[in-house]
Amino acid sequence: MSKKVFEYAQNLTPIQLTNLSVVVGQKIILDKINCKIKSNSITAILGPNGAGKSIFLQTINGLVSVQSGRLTFNLMENNQEIREQQAMVFQTPVLLRRTVMANMQFVSNLRNKESNRLLKNILNKVGLEGYEKKPARLLSGGEKQRLSMARALMVNPNLLLLDEPTANLDPYSLNLIEDLVLEENSIGKTVIFTTHDMSQAKRLATDVIFLNKGKVLEQTISKTFFKSPKTVEAEKYINGEILI
Amino acid sequence: MNILFEAFKQSIELVSTFNTDLYEILLLSLKVSCLSLFFSSLIGLPLGTFLAIKNFWGKDITLIFFNTMMGLPPVVVGLIVYLLISRSGPFGWLGILYTPTAMIIAQMILIIPIIVSLTAQTIEEIHQEYKLLFYSLVVPPHKAVIAYLFEARYLILTVMLAGFGRAISEVGAVIIVGGNIDHLTRVMTTTIALETSKGNLSLALALGIILLSIALFTNFILIRLKIRAKQRMYV
Ligand SMILES: Nc1ncnc2c1ncn2[C@@H]1O[C@H](COP(=O)(O)OP(=O)(O)O)[C@@H](O)[C@H]1O
Ligand SMILES: [Mg+2]
Repeated sequence: MSKKVFEYAQNLTPIQLTNLSVVVGQKIILDKINCKIKSNSITAILGPNGAGKSIFLQTINGLVSVQSGRLTFNLMENNQEIREQQAMVFQTPVLLRRTVMANMQFVSNLRNKESNRLLKNILNKVGLEGYEKKPARLLSGGEKQRLSMARALMVNPNLLLLDEPTANLDPYSLNLIEDLVLEENSIGKTVIFTTHDMSQAKRLATDVIFLNKGKVLEQTISKTFFKSPKTVEAEKYINGEILI
Repeated sequence: MNILFEAFKQSIELVSTFNTDLYEILLLSLKVSCLSLFFSSLIGLPLGTFLAIKNFWGKDITLIFFNTMMGLPPVVVGLIVYLLISRSGPFGWLGILYTPTAMIIAQMILIIPIIVSLTAQTIEEIHQEYKLLFYSLVVPPHKAVIAYLFEARYLILTVMLAGFGRAISEVGAVIIVGGNIDHLTRVMTTTIALETSKGNLSLALALGIILLSIALFTNFILIRLKIRAKQRMYV
């Protein structure tokens, strides 16, 4: 099993976006963007509201179609096998109208049919021990997001896509999710996440992609980005000035 | 007032003494309507789900068609089914006129549109909520459909109850294709119509009370289920 994971991990990265455009409705959401996500990196997608961060993640996950340009995973086009190696945590948790455990089992039954014991281990990991029988949609915001995280970890993904995973969360949930991100990364997984929390980006990210109005304005390693942003927009954004 | 009271007293007697005629009629009613609900669900649930999640040319027209069919007058359905299955009709050779089978078919035509339309509306919302998640998780289409129906389970029950309600309470269609034949195709509604016109109010009233009780009972159960489910946010 672990050997297989390693093989796949090599298969998925680097992720390369070349002149990639995405159109939703009539609107160009991602405009001829070029960027690269390195193996085993934690990349923060930063940018103001409406910049296209969620669509960026969804494009990589194959949820929106590419209008033009290329998206490759280690030189391969996106396909079902590659998509099965990815897991997405959405900005607002989408949970089934079932118990916490049944939410886990639903995903487990899609793939490896893991034992309930393993599912419980994962629930413990996200601080949801004892919550197995609780209806998932009655959880608090932080608990819902942690369950989404547990569900994502269940598929044992090599690429973890997290869309504002800690927005509006309590400090406990925030720390827990940040620790999980670092832990998953330390065992070889690539992570791409979006956030509006600059200190979180500094804590977690190895790389930063700065998006504004559907364009990549900067891509660099995290340290450089925060120390000496190249564009006025990025500088303003980091300093908390509103971008129009 | 006195007549009404007498009729009421006699009807309670009929119910409480397990009058065989009465229970024969009740059982046939339940059998016909349950079977038509069963077969209608078998067709209507997948069809409604399909209409909710697939985009194809003519989808709007199809939905409008089923929506319009929801308000179809039962007597018209009865008449059409009658024309189709009467001796000289295209399906006359089946020989099902004035049988429970004919009544089931007529009721199915009445309730399939209800089940299709309401299922389509319900599943459409569930689909909007879960489609990105399911696509992200690479859920195979058949599993997604089963999951949608399961996520909508309490609403689907409501849909089915609406269908059952229309089936068991309608009279116009089953009286035409069933013929209201004693011991064969007499159901509660047709008996009520006939006995009332004959002036035999007690049997009519007894059946009316039972019909009402069935409606009350099934709705009561459903509401209890839904309250419990709402507390768990399963609705
Ligand atoms: N389904 C959609 N239909 C039309 N426009 C959309 C849709 N989803 C997102 N958009 C638009 O795309 C832009 C980028 O959205 P999004 O990626 O959600 O931004 P971010 O996550 O950076 O805040 C926004 O202008 C938004 O209005
Ligand atoms: Mg977003």
